Amino acid sequence: MLRSAVGTGRAKGPPDKFAAELTDGAPPARGFRDRRIMKPQGSRAVAAQGIAKAPTGIKGLDELTNGGLPAGRPTLICGAAGCGKTLFAVTFLRNGAVKYGEPGVFMSFEERAGDLVNNVASLGYDLGDLIDSGKLKIDHVRIDRGEIEETGEYDLEGLFIRLGHAIDSIGAKRVVLDTIESLFSGLSNTAILRSELRRLFEWLKDKGVTAVITGERGDGALTRQGLEEYVSDCVILLDNRVTDQLVTRRLRVVKYRGSSHGSNEYPFLIDDQGISVLPVTSTGLNHDVSDERISSGIPDLDQMLGGGYFRGSTVLVSGMAGAGKTSAGAHFALAAAQRGERVIFFALEESPQQIIRNMRSIGLDLQPAVDKGTLRFLANRPSLYGLETHLARMHREVEEIEPAAVVVDPLSSLLAAGTTGDVHAMVLRLIDFLKARGVTAVMSNLTHGNVENALTDIQVSSLIDTWLLLYNREANGEHNRQLYLIKSRGMAHSNQVREFHITNDGVRLRDMYVGPEGVLTGTARLQQEARDEAERTSRGQELEHKTREFERVRRQITGQIDELAAQLAEREAELRLLKSEGTTRETRIVDNRTKMGKQRGTERKRAPA
Amino acid sequence: MIDKAAPDGDFVLRLYVTGHTPKSVRAVQNVTKLCDQHLPGHYNLEVIDVYQQPELAAEQQLVAAPTLVKLLPLPMRRLVGDMSDTVRVLAGLGLNESPAE
Repeated sequence: MLRSAVGTGRAKGPPDKFAAELTDGAPPARGFRDRRIMKPQGSRAVAAQGIAKAPTGIKGLDELTNGGLPAGRPTLICGAAGCGKTLFAVTFLRNGAVKYGEPGVFMSFEERAGDLVNNVASLGYDLGDLIDSGKLKIDHVRIDRGEIEETGEYDLEGLFIRLGHAIDSIGAKRVVLDTIESLFSGLSNTAILRSELRRLFEWLKDKGVTAVITGERGDGALTRQGLEEYVSDCVILLDNRVTDQLVTRRLRVVKYRGSSHGSNEYPFLIDDQGISVLPVTSTGLNHDVSDERISSGIPDLDQMLGGGYFRGSTVLVSGMAGAGKTSAGAHFALAAAQRGERVIFFALEESPQQIIRNMRSIGLDLQPAVDKGTLRFLANRPSLYGLETHLARMHREVEEIEPAAVVVDPLSSLLAAGTTGDVHAMVLRLIDFLKARGVTAVMSNLTHGNVENALTDIQVSSLIDTWLLLYNREANGEHNRQLYLIKSRGMAHSNQVREFHITNDGVRLRDMYVGPEGVLTGTARLQQEARDEAERTSRGQELEHKTREFERVRRQITGQIDELAAQLAEREAELRLLKSEGTTRETRIVDNRTKMGKQRGTERKRAPA
Repeated sequence: MIDKAAPDGDFVLRLYVTGHTPKSVRAVQNVTKLCDQHLPGHYNLEVIDVYQQPELAAEQQLVAAPTLVKLLPLPMRRLVGDMSDTVRVLAGLGLNESPAE
């Protein structure tokens, strides 16, 4: 918007120059050309390609044709009976009147106006209203060969006048002629008809209306009467192919003069939501990736994965019947729904009610999420439609609901709707599509036969980011569920086999018992655990006993130590006593000697003679 | 045919033409001539220029031009062309008792 506004502003240049150009009567084409050059590239397909387009309002078709049908020119829509040509044409007119403000004339050579209005009411189109408000005119041209006698030279001027009057009366910009080839069954002079049709299409171009002409497919040609010779600007071929009793509608833009267009065959749907074409091409490998981890809904599994799945990754849960694939899917769906994300659960085998009931039995209540609208179930029997239709429906739902996560349960049942090669191609496109949109997908896949033979029937393993294998292993007269992470791209993950327990409170994973007896599961594991427990108990008792014994010995020895210490102290005391007595006696002897000495001295003085 | 003998079986005819094209002019001439020859005084022919009343084209289910509509006697018939093929015109009007004429 902003860029184009700037471009226009610059193209106009200084106001005085622009004004001068106008007064000089300079060709307006110059100003126009300048403006076009200034226009940023790719701002609008129409400008870039030079062809004005009339949008059909049909989802997908406008993308495919880069904007719609060539405006002001006739377009041929051809296909076998029952392909939806008339519905396409009606949708083109109806959308023109409702969405793009372009009134339209529907000239029907087959159905009566009333029938047509009733028939498309099932698509949710209220043509009666449009007719009343002057946005649509239906003219039923009835040609009955039995009633008509050709008596010489004639032309189709009557038809021209009719059409011209209808166009002028409501200012129509769009015209549908459905199916003009009926003229050939009503009138026999094909030379006249051909030249008149040529004139008619030229005349429509001169009128500047965007016309859609339908034609029935003929042998070896696009239409029975070779209308493609006259209408060469745009040819769209509708196809209704039946493979194994399943119908798939496809559309192909055969040619589009002056415009690029998608050239593949694309599936399209006709149902209560109108027509949608799905340009389901491979998206290439350039989608954004996320480092965010989201929970698988099973805490133990998150731990094994080191935090959960990557957002936007594709997870495959392979397993035999009854291994717990749906439970794993339901866990994931519920966890996402509880985070407040939108989830679609594509159920291809069980009805939603059945899944909800079954999951309730293992403690997963999906109903609140369904009621809240975060979890949406879409259940379809795989054999109900062809693969393309399944894919197209999934696309449409994902585009409409924009979920953060989807669950497909089980992918393998699609094999019922096509050959392995087709299913592989379809699943590839589905995975591509989901990845491009950053939708995390958990798909389950039923495997047959040998566990170790981990080849998926659909051979999609190389597209899968995280691959869980669930299996039942038979040992000691019982089957036990086990889970193993075959691969998980871009994350460190546990390489252990875990036991997969479906409890009343959801799924739990337990470490396998790995001991001297080997890897044990189930009852064997319980027994071994009981044995271990018993051993542990007896070991504990022995220890207690030893501890008590030691206590006793310790007490005994401590007692002895105390006694000896007491003896030691006693001796010490004795010794001290002896020492002190010794000292006293010594003192006394010295004293005595002194006394005796004194005494003797006195005696000597007293007896000098 | 029986219609021809019907006592009150006056023919009611409408000829729709498109302006004054050679085909239109020829058609008017041919029809008038045939009616005067075969139905003198027993026909009511109205020539209508559709260009003047384009809404008639849809009402009258016109496709080709010129178109002659025989409203009465029943059954209704439509004849298209410049009415130069006399045998077919008479057959269309139900006036040919001996088609191999």
